[in-house]
Order: sequence, then structure tokens, then C-alpha cells
Amino acid sequence: MIPRPHVDWFALAPELFLLGAMGFALMGAVLLPRRFRRDFGALAAAVGFAGAFVFAILIYVHTPDVHSVIADSVRRDRFGALAQVIIAGAGLLTVGVSYSERMRDEHIAEYYALLAAAGGGMCFLVTAGNLMTLFLGLEWFSISLYILCAIDRELEGSLEAGLKYLIIGGVGSAVLLFGSALVYGATGELAFNRIADAVGSQHLTGDALLVTGLAMIIVGLGFKASAAPFHMWTPDVYEGAPTPVTGFMAAATKTAALVLALRVLRTAFPQEAHLWTIALAAIACASLAIGNLAALVQRSVKRMLAYSSISQAGFMLIPIASDNAIGGRALLYYLIPYSAMSVGAFAVITARERELAAPVTLDNLAGMGWERPLLGVSMCTFMFGFAGLPPTGGFVGKFYAFSAAYRHGWTWLVIVGVVATAVSLYYYLAVVRAMYMRPAAELQLTPTPVAGGSPPRDALLQTSVVLALGVTVGSFIAVQPLIHVAKLAAGALPF
Amino acid sequence: MGWLTTALILVPLGGALLVWVFPWDAFTAGSIALLVALAEVGLWIEALVRFNFDQSGGLQLDQQTSWFSDLHVSYHVGMYGFSLWLVGLTVVVQAAAIAYAFWSGRTGARAYFGLMLLPLYVLIGVWGGPGRLGATIKFVIYTMAGSLLMLAAVIVLGLSQGTFDLTASWQSSSDWLFLGFVAAFAVKAPLFPLHAWLPDAYRESPPEVSAVLSGVVSKAAIYGFIRIAITKFPEPTKDFRTVTLVLAAIGLVYGSLLAFRAPDIRGVIAYSSLAQLGLITFGVFAVNDLGLNGAVLQMVNHGLISASLFLLAGGIERRAATGEFSRLGGFARGRPLLATVLMTAGIIALAVPGSSAFAGEFEILAGVFTRGWGYAVVGAVGMVLAAMYALRLISAVLHREPGPSVTPEALDLRPGELGAIVPLLACLLALSVWPAAITERSFAHDRARTDVSKQFGRAP
Repeated sequence: MIPRPHVDWFALAPELFLLGAMGFALMGAVLLPRRFRRDFGALAAAVGFAGAFVFAILIYVHTPDVHSVIADSVRRDRFGALAQVIIAGAGLLTVGVSYSERMRDEHIAEYYALLAAAGGGMCFLVTAGNLMTLFLGLEWFSISLYILCAIDRELEGSLEAGLKYLIIGGVGSAVLLFGSALVYGATGELAFNRIADAVGSQHLTGDALLVTGLAMIIVGLGFKASAAPFHMWTPDVYEGAPTPVTGFMAAATKTAALVLALRVLRTAFPQEAHLWTIALAAIACASLAIGNLAALVQRSVKRMLAYSSISQAGFMLIPIASDNAIGGRALLYYLIPYSAMSVGAFAVITARERELAAPVTLDNLAGMGWERPLLGVSMCTFMFGFAGLPPTGGFVGKFYAFSAAYRHGWTWLVIVGVVATAVSLYYYLAVVRAMYMRPAAELQLTPTPVAGGSPPRDALLQTSVVLALGVTVGSFIAVQPLIHVAKLAAGALPF
Repeated sequence: MGWLTTALILVPLGGALLVWVFPWDAFTAGSIALLVALAEVGLWIEALVRFNFDQSGGLQLDQQTSWFSDLHVSYHVGMYGFSLWLVGLTVVVQAAAIAYAFWSGRTGARAYFGLMLLPLYVLIGVWGGPGRLGATIKFVIYTMAGSLLMLAAVIVLGLSQGTFDLTASWQSSSDWLFLGFVAAFAVKAPLFPLHAWLPDAYRESPPEVSAVLSGVVSKAAIYGFIRIAITKFPEPTKDFRTVTLVLAAIGLVYGSLLAFRAPDIRGVIAYSSLAQLGLITFGVFAVNDLGLNGAVLQMVNHGLISASLFLLAGGIERRAATGEFSRLGGFARGRPLLATVLMTAGIIALAVPGSSAFAGEFEILAGVFTRGWGYAVVGAVGMVLAAMYALRLISAVLHREPGPSVTPEALDLRPGELGAIVPLLACLLALSVWPAAITERSFAHDRARTDVSKQFGRAP
């Protein structure tokens, strides 16, 4: 008889809720008549994400200190709970953005099922407590995303995006798994906190096996967070995937990967901090340089935002590399407006795509600001937020990230970040310029009229955009409460 | 009383949102904008009445709320004596610019939104001339790069001092931080080697935007020099004084010469701004009573002068469809109002004795004289050059034979345009009569240097 560990079901509620939603959506895909599938799938996913959102908040409120859920394999703490809140929120907004996507309706319920599954995987990943659950969570959401990228077979580049993501993501996962095996080989432990203990008690600091394993884990997570030089898949996948999925990937995947990176590095490898802080700072600089420079020359807005998300990963690696309490706070705070801005920005692109039935470039954004005031204002705000200008949470996020680097004594990293911000202004403001300062007539733009005239007002998409806008601007005003929340969450890690 | 300062900040923001979000027609939007601008002037007068000029030192009408406490960042606003005058300059110029846009019939509600909020990026880009996109990008890249340098300096400084509050009495002796701030201000002002955005931005913007840019935005930079560079970095200010004064001198002479050679009205005003900012920097970095008082007076003067000149340039360009001197001339004939107004503005611009500009420049030169007579000589040369370019502007537009673009159909100034420009000139004339209104009320007890020392610690 194998002894059964105690299971804290409440701590698993967000994942379970999303899994349930996935099950319902899949049942609907099989059992319901075709015309109900879209509504049913969307409803199931929305309920799933909303439930996960609520349960994550409840877990946050009721978990003042760290618990282990199933014998150290899953951790229940505010750190993970806050990340789950962000992921579930991003997922909920994504459901709203996806609803009117013109997609062949034979796979529509599966689309929502996979979205819920991916969300569940990410929620599981951010609470992972050992190397097994880490890999499990990573593959769980990755496989869902591979399919989501390729689900719209009629979309040009969608299948290619899925395949590319599958292959490169597979390499990343393999590297991560191999690294985990090396760490296990060196220490004989799987759970993060026991790895740290073993390193301490067996004097393994600087052990070749351990360090190689650590490096490979960082590389594997770098693939998922799309940090340079592990970013090669990002532009093609972001461009080819259905736009709502891209928004979800930019927001939630990055959140999950970065939050988990901080957790692993901080709990399992505190003794190796002198190595991984420098490694992460180098990755951050590479991401900032490559992401920004490549984004400068893009014409396709999705591709531009893909490169920008690489540079954003660089920005968010700065607080992780700083390895201090203020850095943890900075990361968790910054992820809140960042996720809202990502989902929101891609939602606006989705709306424009539906209007034009063509990929959105800087040229055919022309005049959008005046035609669609709400979306225009929102897109401006999101771009200002990415660039780190007030009045958005992006400004405060960068402020904190730079403060963290300064506290770590790395003024040079602050300067690199500031220079990168200055460069990034050029392409973020290019979007604003395209939307407001170039009359559509100048380009002889012929909006391809879709069947049935202009697209109907998409209330759900606009609601999502307004919510994202609210979070982006609200996080600038309500800094104090959000920082407090982030502070308590980061306090769950041993800083 | 703190609500007054906050209201001065939030009212235009609210007005801008109102105009942006709702689909008004141009007339309604313009009326709202004008109303908001006038309300701002009213608020400023209220602040002026309540301000206690005798109280030495300290922020008045201030309000403080914690924003995020773990880094000790708070929302803290208030006014010093000299900031009160700069706020006055801002609200007056803004009201004039909005009134000008209103009467000259800007179509579309969008213009007013921008004028109220001053996101100059949008403003220049949407309403500017043919080269506007290039001008906008150049302007934004320049100023943003400067601002980001300052952000880095702010973070480093705030964390090392333990507070981000400017009113706290800390001082720093770090040359690098000083340069971070000064670079940002020097771009906005602009100071000599960093002025490449200036002619493009001033030429391609619509006239009312140029008026706000040169009248108000450049003054923010000088405010920064006074409030941050000098008071918080006494040691570095001393170290870099010679460099700054020499750069200012170069800017003064170089800008004046360019203004004298400029082929169009806006070019003259744009380069004269460069020269004037050099002169004002003289006064600030002299760091004595005369210099500082004169600098504040001259900031207000120059703001009013360049705003009215840019609005006039806009009026002339509307009539002649060009600002090129080679195609202008003879405007005075049959257009007495235009001639009178332009003449008045031009005469004050060249600092004729008795004008407020003369008072300001005289004080600045007297102040910088104590730092070295050479600076005063350069400043005096600048004043002579100012007479040359101002008179050239006046004669090229008003006198000579009518140019090819000046047709008899071009009318005199209309009441609307007068309504925007005359109040600016009225302020200038009032200051000419009573310049002491500003010079004796910018710093407590007319003791700028001791006031600065008392409030912020040791002055350099």
C-alpha cells in the first residue's frame, strides 16, 4: 500500500476549475448541435477563467504563509496566487476578444477548451514546487498552445506558426528536462527547497553538474519567456497565430514563465545567485538590444509587437536579475499592467483585422484613431504603457524595475534599460503616429468590405479593451495597494 | 488652499478628456476649450490673490498625498513665488493660443484637445505643415531622450537620498546626476548644441502650437535649472558654471546671427528663441539676486513676446500663404491694426529702453557682470543683434514695396485675432510700466540668492 499524501484541494481549485471548463467545452463540441457550440464553448471558458480568478483571489486572501499542497510538489502561497490572478484575468479578457473571431465553426468549441486547458496549465506551473511538476505544467500549457496556434487552418501562416512553435518549444522543453535531470543527479532532490538544502549541506556550490543543470533550466525557461537569444520562434509564431491567441501568449505565457523563473531561481538556487544574476542580466541586455532593434524596422504591427514583447521580457528580467525583495515586487507589479496592455493591444489589432480582413500593418492602421475613437485611445494608452510613459502602470513598473537594479548596485543596467526605452519610443509612437497622423485617403486604402457590410460593433471585444485600459491606467493611480499586494506575494519567497 | 494648485493641473486634463471622448463639432469643442482656458486664468488670479509674497521661503498653496510609500514617492504640488509667475504665463499663453485656434476656425474638435493637454507630439503631427512627420519625430526623440536621462537620474538620486520629495532639504554633489538633469533641461530649452529640433518644430507646427512650445515649454526647462540644478547641486553648478555660461553665450550670439539671416518670419522667431534662452540661462547661472530676478522676468517677457509673434506670423501666413520675406512686404499699407500690433511686439522684442524686456535683460546683464565682464559684453552684443533681427523682421513684413504674395485682398487683423494677441501685448505693456511686479515678488524680500539658500540649503 503506497501512503497517500494529504491533498489540499482548495489550493488546486483554479486549475481544477479550468480543467472542468475544458471538459465541459469538449463535451459541448461533441454533443451539442453546431450552432450552439460557439456560445457554449465561450461561456464554459469564461466561467472557467472567472472561477479561477475568484479562487486565486480567495487563495491569496487565505494564505498568509507558505503551505505545501501535495508533499512539496505544489506550493500554495501568495506568490503563485497573484500570478494565477493575472493569468486568469488575461484568459478572461482573451475569451471576450476571441468571441467574434471569424473562424470555421467546426473547431470552435475545441478552441475554447484548449484556451481553458492552457490557462489551467499556466496556473499549475506557477505553483510548481518541484522539478517534475514544473515540467508537467510547462508541457501541459505548451501542448495546448501548439494546437491553438495552428487551429485556424484557413489563416495564412497559422499552421506554420504551430509547427515552428512545436519544434522550437520542444527543443526548449528538452533542454529544460535535461537540465532538471542534471540537477537531480547532482543533488538527489526534486523539490526546490530541498535542492537548496542539499546544495548547502553537501557543499555543492559551484558543482559542475549542478551549474550545467541550472544553466539549462534557465535556457528552457528563456525559450518560454521568449528572451533573446532564445527568441527565434517569437516573431513568426506571434504573427501566424490567431491574434487573440497571440495576445494570450504574450500576456499569460510570459507571466507564467517569468514568475516561475523567479521562484525556481530564488528557492532552489539561492547559493548560485552570483552566477544566475549575471546570466539573467546578460539575457536581459540581449533581449533589450535584439527586441528593440528588430522592432524598429517592422511594418507588420503583430510582428513589431512580437519583437517588442522580446524587449519587454528583457525589462522584466531586470528585476529578477536584481535578486532582491524590491525586484520581486517590481516583477509582480509590472506583470499586472503588462498583461492588460498585451491582451488589449492585440485585441485592437484583432478588431482592425476583422475590419480589413487583412494583416494589420503600420500603413493600414492609418486613420484608425479617428474612425474608432475608443479603440484608438486605448491603443495609444497601451503603446504609452509599453514605452513606460505616464499615465500608465508601465511607467511605475519600469520605475520599480530600475529601482531594483539600482538597489542591487547595477547602475549600468539602469542605463541600459533607459537607453532601450528611448529606442523603443520610436516604434511604439510609430503606431500612434500611424493611427492619428496619417489620413487614410493618403494611402488609397481600400478596406475590403466583408460579407454583409461593415463588421458589427463587437461589444465583448470592446468590453475587454475597456477593462484592459482600466487596468493599465488604474495601476498607475492605485500604485500603493497593488504594490502592497505584490509585496506580500513576493514575501512568500525567501528573499 | 492646496486644491487650487491641483485644480490648475486637473481642469485642463478634464477639459481635454471631455473634448476627446465626446464627438463635439468644432464650434462646441472650441467653446469648451476656451471656457476651460479662461477658467484656468480665473484660478490663477485666485491663486495670485491668495499668495503671500511676504512669507519667506517654502512652498505655498501646496498639497501632498502619498502615492507609493515603499519608495517614498508622493504626489506633492505647490508654488513658489517665481513658479506663480510661470503658471500665469502658461495659462495666459494657453488661453491666447486656444482663442487664436478658435477664431481662425480650426476644423475638428481634435485641435482643442491637444492644445489643452499639450501632448505636443500629437499636436505638431496632426496640424503641422508638409514636413511635419519628420519634425515631430525629431522633437519627440530629442526631448524624450532628455527626459529619460532625467528619469534615470531621478531614480538614482531618489533612492540614494531616501526620498523623492524635492522640498526635502537634501543636496547632492554628484556631477553625473547633475549632468543627467541638465541634459534633459538643455534639450527642452534648448541650449546651444542641442537645438537641432528647434527650427523644424517651430516651423512645421501650426502657429498656436509654436506659440505654446516656445512661450511655455521652453520655460519649463529654465524652471528646472533654477529649481533643481542650482539648488540641489550647488557644487556641480559651480564646477560647470563656466561651461554653461560659455554655451549660453554661444547660443546667444549664434542664435541671433541665424535669426538675422533667416529667410522667413518663423525662422527669425525660432532662432531668436534660442538666443533669448541663452540670455536667460546667463541670468540663472549667474546665481545672484539680479541675475535670478532678471531671469524670471525675462522668462515671462519672452513667453509673451514669442507667443504673440508666432500668432502674428500665423495671421500673416494666412493672408499671404507664405512666411518668406522675399515674397512679403508692404503689409503696413491699409492695415493699421496689423502694423501697430506687429510693431509693438517687435519693439518690445528688441528690448527698447522702457520696455519690460529691457528691464529683464538689464538685470540679467548686471547680474552676469559680477561673474565676468566678458559675459556682459557678449550679452550686450546680443541685445544689439536683437535690434537688428527684430527691425529686419518688421521692415521686411510691413515696409518696402508690397511683395508678390501680398495682394490688396489680404485684410487687416480681424477682431478674433486681435482678441487673442492684444491681451498678450497688454500684459507686456503692463510689465513695462511695472516690472517690479515680478522682480520684487519672485523670491521673498527681493533677495533671490538668500531666499534660494534659505529654502534649499547652501546656494552656490
